[in-house]
Amino acid sequence: MSSDNTRNGKVAGLLARLSRGRPTRPGETYGVPGSGDTMTLSLATIAVLLFVWWLITAMEWVKPLFVPAPQTILQKFIVIWREGFTGAPLWSHILISTGRVFGAFLLACVIGIPLGLAMGISPFFRGVFDPPIEFYRPIPPLAYLPLMIIWFGIGETSKVLLIFLSVFAPVTLGARAGVRSAAIEQIHAAYSFGATRWQVLQHIILPAAMPEILTAMRVGIGFGWTTLVAAEMVAATRGIGYMVLAASQFLQTAIVIMGIVIIAAIAYLFDLLMRFIERKVVPWKGKM
Amino acid sequence: MGLEINKASVVYPGVGSRPPVEALQDIDIKMDEGNFVVAIGSSGCGKSTLLNLIAGFLAPTSGEVLLDGARVQGPGADRSVVFQKHALLPWLNVRDNVSFGLMLQGHSRDKRYAVGDRFINLLGLRGFEDSPVYALSGGMQQRVGIARALTCDPKLLLMDEPLGALDALTREKAQELILHLWNDTGKSVFFITHSVEEALFMGTKLIVMSPRPGRITHRFDLPFSRRFLEGSPARAVKASPEFIEIREKVLGIIFADEEVA
Repeated sequence: MSSDNTRNGKVAGLLARLSRGRPTRPGETYGVPGSGDTMTLSLATIAVLLFVWWLITAMEWVKPLFVPAPQTILQKFIVIWREGFTGAPLWSHILISTGRVFGAFLLACVIGIPLGLAMGISPFFRGVFDPPIEFYRPIPPLAYLPLMIIWFGIGETSKVLLIFLSVFAPVTLGARAGVRSAAIEQIHAAYSFGATRWQVLQHIILPAAMPEILTAMRVGIGFGWTTLVAAEMVAATRGIGYMVLAASQFLQTAIVIMGIVIIAAIAYLFDLLMRFIERKVVPWKGKM
Repeated sequence: MGLEINKASVVYPGVGSRPPVEALQDIDIKMDEGNFVVAIGSSGCGKSTLLNLIAGFLAPTSGEVLLDGARVQGPGADRSVVFQKHALLPWLNVRDNVSFGLMLQGHSRDKRYAVGDRFINLLGLRGFEDSPVYALSGGMQQRVGIARALTCDPKLLLMDEPLGALDALTREKAQELILHLWNDTGKSVFFITHSVEEALFMGTKLIVMSPRPGRITHRFDLPFSRRFLEGSPARAVKASPEFIEIREKVLGIIFADEEVA
């Protein structure tokens, strides 16, 4: 029993030493969780992943049918950039997919943000719209894709609508939650100057909700990209999602991976843009 | 400006099996123009409820709150509130925060900036007009809050522990600033604080409140702010035997309440 205790004590002592922070250098704050630069480590991770990928293919551990080499994908990209895919140039595939995603995203923002704000400030709107949104939100878009096609056909409408639905719920719920961001003192201050309810909404609640709305937009467009491939599953002849699906049917693994990388790259670039907008629009986020 | 509170009571309804809470019981206050009334008491004595009542955020369960003889019907620009914190708008700079009330009332940009800049100067914020408020120190943020409350020329300034979040030195400076402002503008002030020294130094009238139910138990007339404004140094006023005597008396009352709780 006693030897057990001492061993436990030693282990605990080691853990404590490992988990205890060292004093920081001047200019840094002691004990801030997760402080430190990650750029080098991230670049190193990407380099290692690429190297392992290259190694697996170079050593021929896996057949190229399953995992094509990184350089093969680059070659494919150049070929398709020059010659197009299924009779259409690559940029038109990219354009139509981004058009679908951003069209649906803008529509979801235009409808979802005002609706979310209305749900946040009015029990009536919350009561009416909470059940339908909460009902469909957890359903995977693939599950209601057949319904979209039965109702809206195989044209653009059902594709954009499918992406719209996946973006709409997070954007709406984010705007709704954002209504709670304004401090009650800020609201009372406005009322004590004789503000109307509309003025409080316009000058206090809406600006205070901006950080949450922008975060919700970032989350929402992410859902949009996730749904793109599902949306282009039926009766599409253009689009990155279509390209991935068509290539997979002919076991063109390199094109599949290329399509995935293109989607990831566009989504990442847009996220960088959103972060930039966030810094410009709400520089005060988290500061008061 | 005359504020009159007659037999005002506030009862919060009971939740579930808990009985109703009498937050304020039979409050009588009469405030004349230029009065500086300070409310003090242990936590839960209803100070903030009383301020909400005067501001019009809350209606009394019974009794009445009269402003210049008219019943208070809700919040209005004749009573501005200065909050302890969180009340500035970080998306606006200092100038737009200060002139926020005038903007709500629909004044032109030129008019509200002209008025705003006057109060920015009055509170020693010149040079910071375009700074974002989140970049200011706590003391300066509080001065922005006070400037904002003054721009709409309220009859009555309601201050809910406005200096509670400041460090001791900044706090004493801010007390002197508020007294000078009060003296220069002739506004009536209703001021809530937790600090007995602050209460005695600032007020012309002190009301001491006790909890459960919240009520006024003692009233004092105070000469100290006048002495300061007539030229005595603040520390000399606060160190005078008379000040210390009444300070210990008030502390005794409040500590007795805390003991019971």
